[in-house]
Order: sequence, then C-alpha cells, then structure tokens
Amino acid sequence: MAKTVLVTTTINGESTEFLCKPRESLLEILRNKLGMTGSKEGCNNGNCGACTVLIDGLPVDSCLVLGVEVEGVEITTIEGIADIGQLDPVQDCFLEGAALQCGICTPGFIVAARALLDKKPDADEQTIRFDLSGNLCRCTGYDKIVRAIQAVQESN
Amino acid sequence: MSSGNGSYRVIGTRPRRHDGAEKVTGSAIYGNDVQLPGLLSGFILRSPHAHARITSIDTSEAEAMEGVFAVISGKDFPEVADKIADLGEGAVNLSYLSDNVMAKTKVLYKGHAVAAVAAANVHIAEEAAAKIKVEYEVLPSVTWVMDAMQDDAPLLHENLCTDHMGEKDEKPSNTAVHMHFEKGNVEEGFAAADVIVEREFKTATVHQGYIEPHVSVADWTTSGRLKIWTATQGAFTARQQTAEVLQIPISKVVVTPCEIGGGFGGKIAVYVEPVVALLSKKCGRPVKITMTRADVFEGSGPTPGSFMRVKVGATSDGKLVAGEAWLAYDAGAYPGGMIGPGCMCVFSCYDIEHALVDGYDVCLNKPHTSAYRAPGATQVAFAMEQVLDEIAEQLGICKLEIRQFNAAKEGVRRVDGPVYPRIGLVECLDAVAQSDHWNSPLEGENRGRGIGVGFWFGCGLKSSVNASVNHDGTVNLTEGSPDIGGTRTSIAMQLAEVLGIDTFDVIPQVVDTDSVGYTDVTGGSRVTFATGLAAYEAGLDLQKQMVIRAADLWECPVDEITVEEGEFKGAGNSASFKELAQQLFKDGEPLVARASVAPDCATNGFAVHIVDLEVDPETGKVTILRYTAVQDAGKAIHPSYVEGQMQGGAVQGIGWALNEEYYFNDDDTMDNASFLDYRMPTMLDVPMIDTIIVEAANPDHPYGVRGVGEPPIIPPPAAIANVMSEAISKRFYDLPMSPPKVWKALSETS
Repeated sequence: MAKTVLVTTTINGESTEFLCKPRESLLEILRNKLGMTGSKEGCNNGNCGACTVLIDGLPVDSCLVLGVEVEGVEITTIEGIADIGQLDPVQDCFLEGAALQCGICTPGFIVAARALLDKKPDADEQTIRFDLSGNLCRCTGYDKIVRAIQAVQESN
Repeated sequence: MSSGNGSYRVIGTRPRRHDGAEKVTGSAIYGNDVQLPGLLSGFILRSPHAHARITSIDTSEAEAMEGVFAVISGKDFPEVADKIADLGEGAVNLSYLSDNVMAKTKVLYKGHAVAAVAAANVHIAEEAAAKIKVEYEVLPSVTWVMDAMQDDAPLLHENLCTDHMGEKDEKPSNTAVHMHFEKGNVEEGFAAADVIVEREFKTATVHQGYIEPHVSVADWTTSGRLKIWTATQGAFTARQQTAEVLQIPISKVVVTPCEIGGGFGGKIAVYVEPVVALLSKKCGRPVKITMTRADVFEGSGPTPGSFMRVKVGATSDGKLVAGEAWLAYDAGAYPGGMIGPGCMCVFSCYDIEHALVDGYDVCLNKPHTSAYRAPGATQVAFAMEQVLDEIAEQLGICKLEIRQFNAAKEGVRRVDGPVYPRIGLVECLDAVAQSDHWNSPLEGENRGRGIGVGFWFGCGLKSSVNASVNHDGTVNLTEGSPDIGGTRTSIAMQLAEVLGIDTFDVIPQVVDTDSVGYTDVTGGSRVTFATGLAAYEAGLDLQKQMVIRAADLWECPVDEITVEEGEFKGAGNSASFKELAQQLFKDGEPLVARASVAPDCATNGFAVHIVDLEVDPETGKVTILRYTAVQDAGKAIHPSYVEGQMQGGAVQGIGWALNEEYYFNDDDTMDNASFLDYRMPTMLDVPMIDTIIVEAANPDHPYGVRGVGEPPIIPPPAAIANVMSEAISKRFYDLPMSPPKVWKALSETS
C-alpha cells in the first residue's frame, strides 16, 4: 500500500491540509476529500476541461494534477470565484447571456474564462476561442459563451 | 388572464434561469456530487471482445481483496421475460434491456458489462475488477449494417426472426424489423417524372457526447426501499426500467433525478442503475458508479450508422412527384434502433404525391443504439436533401425555390399516414429568402453557400405538476421533468403568465418519483410544450379557485368576479394575484392545484440552416465561415434558450458532418473511445451561430409552443454536403466528411 502524504496548500485563499495517496488526482482530492464538487469530472484524462482550476493563476485540468504536486501552491476553484453574496462578472454575464444549458461544463469554463480575462482583458474573439478550446461544451454551440465573455469585456 | 393575442407580460422575455446561480458557482448537485454516509465506489468490468460466449466467470480473487465489499455478475440478476415496456419515447424489450445492463451468456460488443465490484474507493474497485477471471469463446463479429443483413453473417440472437409489419420470418436473422410505408403509386409517379436522381449514402456511428458520464448512486435500505440518485432524462422511466430489471415492484423504488450534464437522448435507457442497486443490496451500503469516458463511448448507446438508397423524381418545372427510400440502420447489439423515425422523416419536409419507404432495423456487434436528438432524422436528411439539390442542379432551378415550391404545408399527408395541421416550413423558407445571410455576397475560391431542411415530430406524452400558493402570493411549482436546458424557467414562465405574476414569483423544483405525478422523459422536444401545458392548466385551476374564494371574500356572486392580467375585480374591490393570495391565506384552506396532461399530438417542428464554408485543398479541412439557423418555434417562451437549442443542435450537427465517427479495428473493437480521438467541435472549430426564430403558432398549445430541441441537429450534415458540391464540385455520400476523405476526393480530381 502506497504511503499517505500530508499536503499543505492554499485553496481559495484558505490554508488547507489534506492526506493523500500518491495516485490520487487533485480533482479526486477536491471532490471526495474536501467536498468541493464544483469542479466536474467529464473525462478524467484532460480532454474536456470540466475540472479546470487555477494553480498560481494558470488554468489546469485538475484531473491531470496529482494531489501530492500541489504542496505550497495557490489554487482557485469555482467555489472561490464569487465573493460572498456577489457573483463574479463572468458568472453574472454567463447567467444574463444564457451561456449555459445543462451546466456541467460551466464551472470549468468560468474558471478558464476568469484566467483568460485576467491575463488578456482585451482578447478578441479568435483569442477567446483559441484560449478556451480546451473546454468542451456539447449543449450551447459556444456562441453564447463567447458572447458572455465579450459582455464581461464590455462591462469593464 | 393573458389572451392569445400575442401580447404577453412574461412570455417572450429573457429572465435569468431559476437554477442559474447554483450552476455558475458549482453548488448544483449532479449525480456524481451525491455523497452519503458509508458510500462505496463501484467499477464495471467490460468485455474486450466484440462477440463472444462467456464460458466461465471466477470472482473469488476479487472478492478476497481488502476493501472489496461486493462482486456481482450476470448470474446475480433475475430472469426477465420478453416484455415490451413503453418508455414514452420508444419502447424496449425488458429481457434485452436486462441483458444489456449485464451480459448473461454472451457478450455482443466490446464494452458489454460482464461483472461489477463495489469497494472502498474506485481504484480498489478497478483493481479488483481486473482480478475477475472471465473466459470467453470468441465468435465471429460484424459491425457494418449491410454485412450484418447477409444470410451468412454471424448471428447475434439465435431466436430473432425478422418481423415484416407484424408477420415473422421463420429463419433467424440479424434484421429485427422490416418497416414499409407507402402512399400513392410510386411507379406511376416515376413514370411522370422528367428527371430522376437515385443515390446511395452511408453514415458512421456517432455519440451524443454529453460531457457528464453516466453516474448513479443506489442505497438499498433495510426497509426494503431502493433509493436511487441518477443522471437521467426521466426519473419515472428509470424507476420502471430498474424495477423491471430487478423484478421488484415500482413502489419499492424511488428515483431522484439529479442535475443532469447533458443527455440528447442518450440518458433514457438505464445502464448503471440496476448494477449499483444490486451491489448495494449485496453489501448493505450505498454504492456509486461513474462511467469512465471510454465506458460511455463503448458501453452506453450511440446513435445508428446507416446505409440509405434514396430515389426522387420531379417534373421539369421542379415539382417532386415520386420518392422511394431503402434504409438500413444499426440497431446495435439488440433490436430497437431508430429506423422508425428514419422512415417517417425521409420525405416529411415535402409534398410528394407518390412515396414508398422500406426500413430495416439491424442487429450487429456495436453497443445498443439510443436516441440522439431527432433520432434517425439526421441520416435521412443527409440523403434526401442532397438528392433534392441534384435535381435542382439538373433542372437549373434555385435550391431555395425548389424547396419553397415543394414544401409540406397544412393538409399534406406524410408517407407514414398523419396529415399535417398548421406547420411553419413555408415561413422558415421565406425567412431564409429574406435573411441578410442569404442575400449577402460570398466570394472566393473553394467557398460555397447552401441550405438544408429538417423535420422532427416533437411529442406530447405525459406530464404532471403541483402548484401551491405561499402566503406571500408566490407559487411553489413541483414538476417531474429533469431540467437539461433551462426548462424550470420556461415552464415557470407559463404559470407566471397565466397568473399575472413575475417569473421569479414562481419557484420551480424538479422532484423525485415519490413527490409528483408520473412524468415522461425530458426528450422528444416535449418539456416546454407538455410540462408547460400542465403548468398552464394548474394556473387556470388556481385562478378558478381564487375566483370562488374572492367572491366569498367580497360577498358577491362568482360570475361578477373578473380577472384581467392577473388583477381580480368584483363588487368594487380589486386585488392582484399576490394581494388576494395573502388575504385568502388568513382564513380558509391553503390554495393548491395540480394538473396532469397527456397531449396526443405532434408539435411538428421544421428547421432550415444556411451555411457558408471554405475547403482547404491542401489538407481537406472544412472551415465554417458563416452559419444561420432558422426554425419554427411556434412561440418562443424564453427566446435565449430557444436560440441556445438551435445553436447547440447546429454545432452537434457540424461535428457529425465533418469529424465524428466510431472507428472500428479489424477485430470490431472501437479504436477512438476518448474525447481526444472522438473529435467533437471545440470553440475554435465553429463561428457564431446566427438564429432566426419563426413563430407559426402550434394550434395544440395555448401559447402556440412547438418542440424546439431536436430539429436543429437535422440540417447541418445535409446543408454542409450540399455546400461542398458548390465549393469544390464534389459530392460526398458518406459521413463524416472528414479531412482525409475530402483531401482524397480533391487529389483524385487533380
């Protein structure tokens, strides 16, 4: 039996410790150990983006990161995007623009879009489409997702 | 009350959805998010072979592993007799269903479930599953429909004989059903034709590709009640199938439909529910199984690949006079594919006097097929729309005009019998003619523009709702339709419209099978139509009760009370719905209404898509330059979510047209069971999808609603194929039109 490892990390601004088997992914830790089920499991092999989180500000598929790898980093999950009682503008524009249908890809898109807008606030449509092409959505045809992100840009 | 004059307070507005905040913050509970004390994880062992007899299963080593709580295989399932269960959208033979959930004596496709394990975590479960020893006698297999129909093809079911419209053959065959529809006299029709085009088409197996894998949790409690939380399009049909597979009364099962991460027709049949139930029964703990993505591709229900031959005749003025179609669709491992709607839809967009359709439902060694958004219609549109374009080309007629000239309208009888009531295809085609897209110039090499048309029935089926008035005048609405795309809101809006209150004065909730009347699946483009109709009727009932109570309160005869736009008036008094509800709460019984409906009608939706594309001759890659989806919604309750259906369906259809397919290895096992290799459109692959909503009111709904979910997937492969002919003078008769095929076609020219 592989050894259990104690990992100390920061999640959504809060210092967090968890025990982790070397084989467990960050997605498993978040969902099963820490009860943060907002990051979704769509494929478990890095192809769909539904489990996107930010590690030190960079979007990653949390199913491809091992729990033991996040020692000392800062993680932002979908649970950390909104302030208390106040949605982030990305969340607000997704809702206003009906940029979700079933909603399973939505947390991953919102986290990835947040990172994109922080880094490239003036991204044009092609850049938005390129940067978010690692997130799959099967319901919307992407039109309203792109427009929601553009609406965030317009509101700034 | 709002009248049908088209002036509405709530309908046609674009409020935020009721469940929106939960879905953008990650707090909405999907099946995989369900946690219970003592919850175990399960894993299903699946067949590595496309066709094999199971000679033995030894689970002893798996059972002995630390952390393993239960192991089951086919022998743990009860015998289920041949019995047809109506699931609303399609019927299922329960014996086949049971066999598909867990193989008993034979595996019929790679990915067929053979055993399952419940363990402390999914890793132990997976390791234990690998220690189950299954011995197989591998049998010859077949995955191409035309091969499977041959007399010497490997037989999947020894007792299956072809049913020809009620008459059975005596010899076993993979062809389960032969359907035949006819109207007029096709020989006469073709004799009158000046031009006849006949072509053969093939389409590949494709998957719905919902991002959420199938997932279920079961807790078979000591009270004998089986509790299930699951990702399903229909909690009641999931309850029925689970109860039948396990041979227990439905009253012993309660199904909670969790938030669902896409379905598109693929989450109607049960796959995991009976398995987690039996595991839970065996170990006395709740058990969850989440399919891996490979399991979803290999072990759920994709939609049929097909072979089609379509022949159409027209007179020199462009009038279609005869149509003949021969269609063979994959059923997959078990009978019961999508051939019925394929036959019914092939000529459904046009007024053709003489038509004949033969359709075949064929078993082969692929997963049992499922519905996928207008199941069976996309394939035939790909065929029919191309034949029609070729006729237009030969006659030198505009491709839009030939469609306007022949468009089905009220009074036209389909080949399968029904006569159309008021429909909106002509209006959709007129909208194309007037659109900016159709009238804008398109220049450049290897570019083209074209259109495709699609029809889907849209069904009614059964729906139930409860509405209870709170003492502040808001209304709690409970319903049984899982909300896959904003239907909580489109249903609540209809109740709000009747009552003259705001969208957010209605609090909609999707509840479990103990808590609302029977409701059929979220499918068939039916929820906003039928569950919306139930909400409308519950609203009328509430209003009626309030009129009686207002008369009592204001001490006047009932017929003196009037209601206009939610305002109750009588004997010099006046009160809004909310004010009156607050007054009535003080004395007298609480206000509660319920309604259930079973509208026995189709809502008849039509879609026409315009596409501009460019082909890269170096690589064969197709780029969609501009896309417009036009559709008759009858009445768009929430236009944003109607547009969303149109855009999403269009992009699924673009994927079907250009990339998606199951690749099979020489041993008939699937080679591309991941999102990396089964290539669905990403954001970078498509442009904005413009929409034009046409509203030709459905006479069978008080607000005129038609089903909108399914029609938009039908036109894209047809429209794109038609444009390929414009852009590079090549017709493609096979789907997908993937870069290697396009490149090959181009290099054959040069």
